[in-house]
Amino acid sequence: MSALLRIEDVSVHFPVRKGLLQRQVAEVRAVDQVTLSLRKGEAFGLVGESGCGKTTLARTVLRLVDPTSGSIWFDGTNVSALRGKSLAPFRKQVAAIFQDPFSSLNPRMTAGQILSEVLHVHRYDGRIRDRVKELLGLCGLAPRFVDLYPHEMSGGQRQRVGIARALALEPELIVCDEAVSALDVSIQAQIINLLEDLRAQFGLTYLFIGHDLSVVRHLCDRLAVMYLGRIMETGTSEDIFSSPRHPYTQALINAVPAPDPFGEEQRKHVALKGEIPSPLNPPSGCVFHTRCQIAADVCARRVPPLNWLGPQHAAACVAIDNPNHPTP
Amino acid sequence: MPLLDIKDLTVSLFQDGAETPLVREISYSVEPGEILALVGESGSGKSVSSLAVMGLLAKSLRVTSGTAHFEGRDLLALDPEEMRKLRGRQMSMIFQEPMTSLNPVRSIGAQIMESIEENLGLTRSQARSRAIDLLKEVGVADAERRLKQYPHHFSGGMRQRVMIAIALAADPKLIIADEPTTALDVTIQAQILDLMARICRDHGTALILITHNLGIVARYAQRVNVMYGGRIVEAGTARSLYSAPRHPYTDGLLQSVPRIDQDRSIPLRPIQGSPAAPFMAIPGCSFPPRSPYGTARCQTEVPAYRDGVACHTPLTLKTAEAV
Repeated sequence: MSALLRIEDVSVHFPVRKGLLQRQVAEVRAVDQVTLSLRKGEAFGLVGESGCGKTTLARTVLRLVDPTSGSIWFDGTNVSALRGKSLAPFRKQVAAIFQDPFSSLNPRMTAGQILSEVLHVHRYDGRIRDRVKELLGLCGLAPRFVDLYPHEMSGGQRQRVGIARALALEPELIVCDEAVSALDVSIQAQIINLLEDLRAQFGLTYLFIGHDLSVVRHLCDRLAVMYLGRIMETGTSEDIFSSPRHPYTQALINAVPAPDPFGEEQRKHVALKGEIPSPLNPPSGCVFHTRCQIAADVCARRVPPLNWLGPQHAAACVAIDNPNHPTP
Repeated sequence: MPLLDIKDLTVSLFQDGAETPLVREISYSVEPGEILALVGESGSGKSVSSLAVMGLLAKSLRVTSGTAHFEGRDLLALDPEEMRKLRGRQMSMIFQEPMTSLNPVRSIGAQIMESIEENLGLTRSQARSRAIDLLKEVGVADAERRLKQYPHHFSGGMRQRVMIAIALAADPKLIIADEPTTALDVTIQAQILDLMARICRDHGTALILITHNLGIVARYAQRVNVMYGGRIVEAGTARSLYSAPRHPYTDGLLQSVPRIDQDRSIPLRPIQGSPAAPFMAIPGCSFPPRSPYGTARCQTEVPAYRDGVACHTPLTLKTAEAV
């Protein structure tokens, strides 16, 4: 399978300006030298805690943020070089679903208006009203929803409208930014199943951003774990969850409680110490070394490269396969 | 004697001349030192029932029937001043949003010391040293310097530690924590909940943990009340509830969550439909529109809460396997 999306050595740095003259006093390295590729038809997850850069990376892929360096290739075209009108075909092929179905839908527009607006803008050649009903149907909403406003719907129904809007132009890639995080457990399961069904039906590719590891593991074939703008580990869901190699990935998985009182009693809990450092002033060397249980002197000096451990599995840690590295 | 004993508690919303029950005839008790989880989705009444216990209901909400006893004292009969004294000294509360529950224009020290001075009657300098001890206990490093800082100097996790310090100030017997870690990252969530569990163990404090996260319940709680539509629909030990749920709603919840400890190819079985709005008057059980096992009786008759479950057609091992 060929790569549909390639993120090549992308960095996104935001300047921090201060004072009357708005001089740049610092910069936030939201995303630092990230390289990833998504195959057509796969669901790829980006996980990490707040400030890890997962949302900035997603916004860069959507071309809502310009990368400071590096390039983004979609279907063989360097889209990070495109500007203005030349972006239109790309925008048709890439859609987004956001976290908050309350703020991502215009409260003054009915579901029908929200969906037909997208079709109008991109000059859909067909009967818009029919297509709107079809889209609602695909997302499990009855035709009567055409005339309903967002406040007349539940959170789950609103998220279905958001998904219908993303599907409107038959995109290749959908970026899902915390698409199920704001929903109640029982509704979340409905939306997860809907996303899975739609992917199977239309051969969609997902870039799924989430902080809930259980959800990402369930939905995604492969994923990358980010911390302070960098990729710590990437691999298939099986690689990452059955044999995590990076100490951060291990701690992250350990922190997620499983809904099983018996299993939880057996499990050894090692809470990660300390807080996530400020991305304004990230630690030197490996950004994780300040919270790492096995950090050595070298970790504060050298940025570890992503090392391949298997055909799809890579991790950025100097301790891996190094018998001389100290253990906790 | 249980520490907290609630019987047939009903809390209603009075708005525009209409009365809408949000919590319906719930009964449960909390023993000293135990961790009890209240689980349910938005609108299930888990927060409102706890606010009623703390005497913190908004003006439009009122307890319309039932009783709540704390160490044998009738909470609902206390006047506001007596309630205020009980709150803070004997029981305290931790909320979800550490950003909004701290005063942004007062230093952390002033806010912790206020609670200590008010509840323990200590002098300024005694209160100060107690505040430093509390901050140390909840894992805030460099406590003396941090006492002078303001909430915006603290991260979300650190603010929640400060809230725990304030809740602990008078060494209460009961803490109610309403979604204490929902706003926090998962590694910080584990730190905060480990801390709360340790404090309960060390001080013999009972904890009512309100959450929607079934994993948190499994890791930290001994007993669980599952709430739906303002009622407790099932209660029991965490172990029995998870291994053999009897209410179709509990079973549905457990089948809906993707599990980090199981094969990822197991499909999720979501509960169909949406939770019933509390404003809709439903005769009978409020869950049947979403239940795969509903019968005619469920539509007309509210199931009584008996032996830990409120359902006309509770699951047995046989029905659970058949579906």
